[in-house]
Order: sequence, then structure tokens, then C-alpha cells
Amino acid sequence: MIELKNVSKSFGSNTIVSGVSAQFEKGKINMVIGASGSGKSVLMKCMVGLHPLSSGQILYDGISIGEMSAFEKTEIRKKVGMLFQNSALFDSMTVEENIIFPLNMFSTMPLSEKLDRVNFCLKRVGLEGKNKLFPAEVSGGMKKRVGIARAIVLNPTYLFVDEPNSGLDPLTSILIDELIKELTTEYNMITVVNTHDMNSVMETGDKILFLHKGKKTWEGNKTEILLTDNEILNEFVFATSFLKDFKSRQEQKVIK
Amino acid sequence: MHFFSHFGKYLILVKLAFKRPENIAIYRKELFRQMVSMGIGSIVIVFIISFFMGAVTTVQTAFQLVSALIPKTIIGAIVSDSTILELAPTITSLVLAGKIGSSIASEIGTMRVTEQIDALEIMGINAAGYLIAPKIISALIMIPMLVIFAMGFSIMGGLLVSDLGGILSSQLFLEGARSSFTLFNVVFSLTKAFTFGFVITSVSAYQGFYTSGGSLEVGVSSTKAVVYSCIIILFSDYLLAQMIL
Repeated sequence: MIELKNVSKSFGSNTIVSGVSAQFEKGKINMVIGASGSGKSVLMKCMVGLHPLSSGQILYDGISIGEMSAFEKTEIRKKVGMLFQNSALFDSMTVEENIIFPLNMFSTMPLSEKLDRVNFCLKRVGLEGKNKLFPAEVSGGMKKRVGIARAIVLNPTYLFVDEPNSGLDPLTSILIDELIKELTTEYNMITVVNTHDMNSVMETGDKILFLHKGKKTWEGNKTEILLTDNEILNEFVFATSFLKDFKSRQEQKVIK
Repeated sequence: MHFFSHFGKYLILVKLAFKRPENIAIYRKELFRQMVSMGIGSIVIVFIISFFMGAVTTVQTAFQLVSALIPKTIIGAIVSDSTILELAPTITSLVLAGKIGSSIASEIGTMRVTEQIDALEIMGINAAGYLIAPKIISALIMIPMLVIFAMGFSIMGGLLVSDLGGILSSQLFLEGARSSFTLFNVVFSLTKAFTFGFVITSVSAYQGFYTSGGSLEVGVSSTKAVVYSCIIILFSDYLLAQMIL
């Protein structure tokens, strides 16, 4: 389990995340939603240890990352997979080299086994045969899938996904969402997804956290989110037209 | 205060770069890749620069030494000494600061702004070590080698021009060059090359590693890397000359 206890992060006098507490459980997709600039990405970078916290604690199975030694931190990071907003693939490496890179760094298995693992991961994300392409030669959706393949190659326990649907068409977005959902169940991972795509939240979210101006404003599940009377959350959620229709139908039912 | 804060960050980064590597084989592979890129990739520009540097020095020295009392062999001595002591290490390093320095700063800077460095760190890899250490070690090996080549090409340029231009015969040129040659000059020159190699790669890597923003900032970092490397090269050139000579 990952537990956030009163997590705050400031850059100088500018507070980006303020007093966020939450728990993320195994086998579930935990969605962190909020408008652009609400502090989702900073919170995620704090969770993976890229930004030191200004105050509070982040616990991985009860151990605070702030109190871990450099060795323990490295060991935890080997169990973390992350998909970045722009995929962050290494441009000078092919798809295969990108995916095999963590294996080369940390695994002692023979090359043939490593290649088998790479091919398995590529097949799992539907990109078999694309081994020799460079990131510049593949589409945005394919880059995301390569990023996912690289994130799962070491069998992670924790998967962090930052804006998986940004810049993708609706069909590819659905494919990526389904892939994240399947992999979370398959590997029994703790998955944390940052998004502001409500379709994605309604399709895959098990637990939802709403951030507003760096503060946790609401927490619940996808059924509760549609019925909440939190005005700021409603404004955010029902900005999507089909959900707006749903909300007005719900209100009409209540009136009747 | 600003200078000391940067200098402190620079020292911390260099220390971080030389932490124990996660997988020595990967670092070795990266080192060889860098050596090929820096060494083979720079040999043509080093040849062009140093050949003409030697040729021009010969013509200008001959132009200034018109007295019949001065033996012509002195031209060979001046050209080879100035080449070995100053021109080959300093001019070559200034040129390499432009070529290698800007390339390192823009490569690492681009990796920073596209979150590739974050991706390395999340994998549990020491990004500073993986990206910077092979570059510094490669420069410490390849830049002195390029300087040795530059010495050869420069003297070759001088020799060719003195002979073809009718300034003095190649035999006299070589006689002068041999008469003033001392091994100490070569050692001093290689000490400079070693220092300049470290300056170029570490300063450029620092500029790239702490880039923030977008493509515009990558360009700024790249320019800063070249400018600061050149200034530090010239300053350390003076410092080394003052200390060693």
C-alpha cells in the first residue's frame, strides 16, 4: 500500500501541493484528477521521489521514502514503473533498446531471455515486430504503449501514469485505458493515474482523488462522483457534455 | 553569492557523476560510444584547424624574422614550440568546446526537458553517473590524443608551407624543430589538454543537467556551455602556465 500523510510541496514561496493525505491499494486504479495546474504531476513526482517533500510523509508498505537510505530508495525504484505525459522515451535508442534498458541495468539474465521478455512486453501492448523503430518513427499512441512496455518490463509493484490520454484520439485513449486496467489486474499493481479525462475516470477508476489548487478537495469512487454536491468538483466533472446530460437527468429524477 | 551557489551545485554534480555505477558493462559501452563520437568525430575539424594554424604561424614568423643574423632554423623552432606549448592544446580545446561542449549541453538539456532524465532516475539509475561520467572519462582520454594529433598536423602544415612557399627547406625546418624540442613541453601541453577536457565536459554537462523549460532554454544552456568553457579554458591556461612554467 502507498500512503500519503499530509504531503506538501512548495517551490520557494509557491505552494503547489498542500496537506494531501490518501491511501492507494493493490490491484486498484487510483485516479488523481484535477484541472491543469492543480498539482497532480508535482504530487506524482513527490510520490516517486523525484521531488523532496516540503512536509509530510509518503509511505511504501509502511516505510517512509524520506527516511530510506540511498540503497533502499534504489530498491524501491526498481519496483516502480512510470509512464510520463510525453512518454519520455530515449530518442537515441530503438523501441527494443528502450525496453531492454532497465533489464540491462539491473538483471543478470542472459540476452536471449531479456529479448524474450522484451518481445513479451511488446506483444502485451500490441506492438510486436516494432523492435527496431526509433521513437521518432512511431505515433503518439504507440509511444505511450512503448512507455508502458518499458514500465512493466521489470514486473513492477507500483505503476504511475501521468496523463495517459493527453494528445491521443478517443479510440487510442480507450485502448490505453484498457491496457492500464488489464495490466493492473494482471500484475496486481498499485496503479496511480493522473488525468483530467473524465471518460477515462469513468471507465477505469476504482478510487478517485480530486485536487483543487494543490489541496485534496474530494475523495470517492465513480458512482459517488456523479452524485456529489461538491460544487468545484461538479464544475470540473460536468464540463464534459455527456456527463452534463447525465447530471440533468439525475436532477430531473429527483424532482419527479 | 550566485557564483558560489552554482559552483557548489557543480561540485555536487561532479561528485554524483562518479558514484559507483549500477552496471559497469553498460557504462563501459557508453564510454566507448563517447570515445568514438568525441575522437573520430572531431579528427577532421582538428586536422583542418591545426594544419592551417601551423601554416599561418610559419608564414607570419618568417615575415617577422627578416634579419640575416637570425638563422632560418629558428622558424622551425618557434613554430614547433608555440604549437606544442600553446596553440595545439589551447586552440584545439577552444574549438572542441564549441563542438563537444554544445553537443553535450544540448543532448543532456533535451533529455532534461523531455523528462528522459526523470525516467532514468525513476528506474533507480544514477542519471548523473550514466550521462556524465562516461563523457568526462572519454574527454580525459580523447582530448589529449586529439591534441597530440593537432601537434603533428600543425607541424606538418608548417613544414609543407615552408617548403612549398620557399621560406626554408623542410630539412632546416625539422632541424630547428628538433633543436628546441623538450619532453617537458609535451608533458605540460598534455597536462593542459587533460584539464581542458575535464572543463569542457563537466561545465557543459552541468549546464545541460540543470536546464529547465523548453527548447529555447536548451539553446541558452548550449550557448552558456560554450562561453563558460572557453572562459575557464583561457583562465586555467594562464593559471597552469603561471604555476608550472
